[in-house]
This record gives sequence, structure tokens and C-alpha cells, in this order.
Amino acid sequence: MTTMTASPSSAAHDIQVVTLKIDDQEVSASRNQTILQVAAENQIEIPTLCFMPGLKPMGSCRICLVELAGSPRLFAACVTRVSEGMTVITDSPRLRKYRKQIVELLFVERNHVCSVCVSNGRCELQALAVKLGITHITQPYRYDKMVVDSSHDLFRLDHNRCVLCTRCVRVCDQIEGAHVWDVAGRGIDCRITADLNLPWGDSDVCTSCGKCVHICPTGALTEKGTAVAEMRKQPDFLPYLTIMRENH
Amino acid sequence: MTPEELGKLAAKEQKARSACKHRVNVCCAAGCASMNSDKIKDDLQSAIKEKGIADQVQVRSVGCMGLCAAGPLVSIESEGKSVMYKGVTDGDVSEVVESLEGKPIERLNLPTDMPFFARQEKIVLENCGVIDPERIEDYIAVGGYAALIKALTEMTPAGVVGEITRSGLRGRGGAGYPTGLKWGTVAKSPAREGRKYIVCNADEGDPGAFMDRSVLESDPHRVLEGMAIAAYAVGATHGFLYVRAEYPLAIKRLKRAISQAQKIGVLGANILSTTFSFNLEIRLGAGAFVCGEETALIASIEGNRGQPRPRPPYPAEFGLWGCPTLINNVETFANIAPIVDRGFRWFASIGTDKSKGTKVFALAGKIENTGLVEVPMGIKLRDIIEDIGGGIPDGGKFKAVQTGGPSGGCIPKQYMDMPIDYESVKEAGSIMGSGGMIVMDESSSMVDVAKYFMEFCKSESCGKCVPCRVGTAQMYDLLEKIHKGEGASDDLAMLESLCELVSQTSLCGLGQTAPNPVLSTLRYFRHEYLELLRDGQKELAAAGADKGKDGAV
Repeated sequence: MTTMTASPSSAAHDIQVVTLKIDDQEVSASRNQTILQVAAENQIEIPTLCFMPGLKPMGSCRICLVELAGSPRLFAACVTRVSEGMTVITDSPRLRKYRKQIVELLFVERNHVCSVCVSNGRCELQALAVKLGITHITQPYRYDKMVVDSSHDLFRLDHNRCVLCTRCVRVCDQIEGAHVWDVAGRGIDCRITADLNLPWGDSDVCTSCGKCVHICPTGALTEKGTAVAEMRKQPDFLPYLTIMRENH
Repeated sequence: MTPEELGKLAAKEQKARSACKHRVNVCCAAGCASMNSDKIKDDLQSAIKEKGIADQVQVRSVGCMGLCAAGPLVSIESEGKSVMYKGVTDGDVSEVVESLEGKPIERLNLPTDMPFFARQEKIVLENCGVIDPERIEDYIAVGGYAALIKALTEMTPAGVVGEITRSGLRGRGGAGYPTGLKWGTVAKSPAREGRKYIVCNADEGDPGAFMDRSVLESDPHRVLEGMAIAAYAVGATHGFLYVRAEYPLAIKRLKRAISQAQKIGVLGANILSTTFSFNLEIRLGAGAFVCGEETALIASIEGNRGQPRPRPPYPAEFGLWGCPTLINNVETFANIAPIVDRGFRWFASIGTDKSKGTKVFALAGKIENTGLVEVPMGIKLRDIIEDIGGGIPDGGKFKAVQTGGPSGGCIPKQYMDMPIDYESVKEAGSIMGSGGMIVMDESSSMVDVAKYFMEFCKSESCGKCVPCRVGTAQMYDLLEKIHKGEGASDDLAMLESLCELVSQTSLCGLGQTAPNPVLSTLRYFRHEYLELLRDGQKELAAAGADKGKDGAV
């Protein structure tokens, strides 16, 4: 500050705290927080899928869409920053309908038959479907035939279970720094690929750290040697790792 | 080069031009060039040389003259008179040379007073078909770079932004965002590490659209001048032209234009001996339609996978490498120099209350005069289709016109007397878009049209967000099922519910507008869908009873 006396107008630039309303609850927030962060701090739950604490948010799964009063558009809570006087609606018949439809699209896109999946009972997609009250599928299934990559010594990639949330891509790039994973193809033909479309086991840069496996929400990335419902993932390492890195 | 030297160059060029008795202009833009107009030009040149009149006749290759359907086109200006020839072939060359001193050739004559030419109002295309796009001297001779001189020497950057704002110009890329407002935002955004960028979006990808291509091929300097003025107005020093690689001729001419402009000192460091510097680079698109979306375009220029990201923040604040970035379309930049040169009042006097100026349209499909036209905003659709376009060929009947490409919709015949402006077209269920107009006659199946565009969106979806990635694929499958006659009313209901989902929840404009071709054909031609359904008869009968109530045909 160059001025000796602080006046409200000169302070306007530096205001860091805002107040807003989320589902009729008055909350305060720091200006650089997202709607999702502020909602979580206030025990307001917004469903998510591609979001992962500790990774840069993408806003791509569209599950966390919320309504903002005064706008016909919907906004992804994980990437939208709060602002003064904002009124957020996190739950409405419209939002519930869209969230259900989006999850349903994921179920028809690839094979997500839980009863034969190693992640059965511990799958985020499955939990999301239960939470949103999805009891059956109305859309025609696609079930394009996809390969399973078992070339890695320890892990397995089953494209049939992948929802393309890109958590693996981001954790490998942003946290591990190896950037083994990326997305190839376009639209419905998108696939996760290792290196430049190599079998995972042939990747020169993979450190076999297993971070991608443990933050994968479904049974797409798993440890070898697991049978139905046996895959237990420990994604909690990530927030701690991120906090430790940022503070040291 | 100083402004005075530039003026001298213009005068010299004009003098050389008036010294010639006849000026023969051969269209060498993509349409005519594909019919070997380059060779016709060379043949004309050698025939004239042989005849020994090379000192009186100037043969030049020029840009697009508009009526692509009648190419290759040749126009001859001699002592105030002008004549235009259509469909010129190798065999006509000697006859054309003979006719210079005699009567015009009846057989090839294309009357320049026909509505196609007479009803147009050219601002963006005013130099197209008039100047040689490969010579900067030609552009300077018709007043090129005068607007840049005016901006740099007589106006403040804020003054330029004000001029554009008051002209009422809106973005010609499709959405019609006020250009002045965008410029103002970029101008006010603090530069990051001293950097701001200008980007010209020349990733024209709508099927049936070729406006930007023609402008780049026919008058590249106009776009460069517009970008330089924009850079001065918002405080940028670096710019990118993002051109799709499928336009090799446009790229070649742009490259040449940039190096000419650098040589002469209207681009680069200390432009026209002022303190203003602006450098320009070309980036080629690699064939993804979604890269026309501004955040995907930015990702592509940065060298990343061409995928959009959620907005806000908008590129005006957070664009290329996090710096404030101004992104405008080719046609928008091509409007800048005339506005600065002639003043905002002149521009604002053209068009309608909310849509100022002119719009370039690419007429394609079932229409007599396919080609490029520029008309004032507010002109009636009927005037474009019947008068300028010459109506439907082979005695066909007009059914609908598709505007706005895969993001647009089909406008049926009851809107023939609608004025063409951003708001009216939107109200009719389509969008202005970048300017493609595909005319369809009674033989077109609207379900087929919707299916075609959905296939396009499905294969051009980047796959980042779920609704667009899976939703477009599901919608395409449903459309195919209905088109084959295997669908039922449940499928139609599901299609409609997917349309709502994809438009409301998709991440970027591609997904948000992908259902538009389906929605607009359902709105006006629902009966065509019903007729194809296995159980559509009941609803069809009910719709028949309501006929005319909601404007259904």
C-alpha cells in the first residue's frame, strides 16, 4: 500500500474475503476459492467425479454443475470461483435430472457391469449412481469392444471401465512428474494411452509408483492379482502429499 | 518507411495503373484456380505479348469475384468501361484478346448489373477481385494501410477502441459479441509480464462456409491491417494467425503478405517510424473443428491438445500463456480498417438497429448462383435467396436454408421475409454463425440433414466432457435408427431429452449448440420425423389437426 490512510475505495482492490449464499446458507469465503471448496467447508455436499483434491480441477465430468441465481447457464463448481453476493443452488430437480442422465451416459458408454468388476463395492461411479438414485438404465448400451492392457508387471489398465476423468493423466503429470498417461483420439473414440501409444509395460518413463491406480475412481486401473470386489484403493495419500509439498 | 513515403508509393502505383489502356483481371482464388484460371492468366499474358500490346494491357491475377458457380471469371476494365466474362476456357483466350479493341464477346458476357452484383454492398470484400492479393503495392494503391497510419498518428489507443465501440460492430465469428466491448476489456486488462496477444481465428470449419478463406486468399493485407490496428488499440505487441491447414493457398498468400508488410515497415518493429511494434506469426490448425472455439484455439497455439476449458476466466483476461488475449474472426478484422478510415458514423449507418454493417455469406447447395455475397444486415432472406442467389435451379421449390453450420439450424420458408440480423436469426431457431448458407429444396430430407450435422459434431467432439462425448454419439445413433425407419416414439422422446441435456450441460460451445440442427428441424419439420417412426401415425394425425397453429408446415 502506498497511501498512508486506508479508504474503502483504495481497499477495494485488495478485498480478499467475500460472502455468498449456498443453498440458503450464508457463508464466507476467500476470493480465490472455488464454489466446491467453500461448499465442502460448510458441509454442503456437491457430487463430483473427475474432481480430486490435490489435482488441478478440469470441470469435464459435469457432475458438479450448479445453478447461479440470475444466470440461465450452469457452472461447474470445481472450477468456478466465488464472488461477492453470489447465490449458488447445488440441488434442484433440474440439476438432479442432468446429473442422473450424465452418470447414465457413462454407464452406457463402456462396460460397467459391477458384478464382475474388481472394484465392486468400492467404486466411485457405483457410489455416485447409488447416491443419485439410478436404479436402471434407459439409454441403449454402446459397449464398444476394448482391450485390457496387462503388460505392466504390477498393474492393469482395463479401458472398458474407464470414464476418462483424466485423474491418472493429471496425477502422473502434476504430482509424479512422469507424464506417462495422456488422452488419444477424439470424442467417443478417446482412449487413455501410455507414452506414445505403447503398452503400459513398455513405457520408459513409468516409475511404477501406483499413484494413478489408487486415485482411479473405477476398476479401470487396478493392481494385478485382484479378483471381483477385491481391489482396495487408498487415494488419501494425495491431499497430504500436496499439502506437504506446498509447505516445504 | 514513413507515412509520406507510403503515400508516394500509392500515387506511383495509381499512375502506373492509369497508364494502361486495358486491365485484365483473372480470378485466381480457390474456386476459379481449381478450374485452371492460373493457366488462362498465363495464356492471356503470352497472347498479349505476341500481339505486341503488352505496354497497353495489364494482366493480373486477382481475388474472388464472388460468383464461383460461373468460374473461371475474367473482368476487363478499359477506359471507364468494364466487362465480365464467365466460364472462360483456354480456347477463349485469343478471342478475349481480340475483343479488347472490339465488341465484348456475347457468349461469355456476364452482365454486371444483374442482381447478384447490383444488390450487394461491399465493405469486407471491396478489394476482392479488384487487387492482386500477392502484391502489397496493389493494396496500398487502393488506400491500404491508410487506416493504420491514421490510427498511429492521429488517434489514441482508447480513441480507436471508442471508434470501434460506437460503430456497433459485432463479432463475425458467429455469436455476435460486441467487438468494441471485447477490445475495451483486453485494453483494460493488465498485461502479464508486459505481454498481451492478438489472435485472428481463421479456423473456418463449418461445412459449406468459405467466407474467411476467400478474404484471406483475395485480400490478406486487409486482415493484417485490422490486426495491427487492434494491437495498437489494446496494447499488444505480438499476434498469431490461426489458419486451418486445409487452406494452403490462403496460407501461402498470408505468408507472402506478412513478409511484404515487414519489408515495407507496416509490420514489425517501429511501424511506420513510430514507437509502435507488432509482430505476427502464422499457426496452422491440424484439422480439429473444436479448435475454432477460443479456449481450444489457445491450447492449440500453446502446443497442447486442442481442448476447450471452462470460461470464465475469458481469454480477454487470461488467454495465451495466461496473458490478456484478443481473439477475433477474419471477417471482424477485415471490417476494422474501413471503420477507422471512414469513421464510426458511416459504418453505423449501414444495417439494422442492433446489427450494424454488412455480412458476408457463402451461398451453397440448391441455389443458382453459388458463391460469395456481401449484403447489408437487415436484408430479407428472400432477397438473398431469390434475387441475389437467383432462386432454386431446375424449377425446384425452396424448402429451408441451413445457417450457422453444425451450431445452427434450418430456417423454413415462412421466414423468407425475415430480416437477417443476429436477433432475428436466433429467434427463428438458428444462429447467424460465420456465414454459411446451405439452401435446400423439396427433395431434401430434414432428418437426413440433422443426422449429417450430428455425425459431424460426434466426430468433432473433443471428448473432454461427458455430455458432448457420449451424448452426441447417442443422438447420432438414435437419428440413424429413426432415419432407417426403425425408430419409435420412445426414441424421439429420448432424442429430445438428450438434446436438452447436451445443450445445457456441455463444457463448450460445440456441445452446447450441437443439438441445434436437430431442435430446429424438429421445430419446423417434426412431421418428417413422425413419418419415419414405426408408431408415428397417431401423433402425426394429432399434429395434422393443429396444422398452422405453431407454424408447422
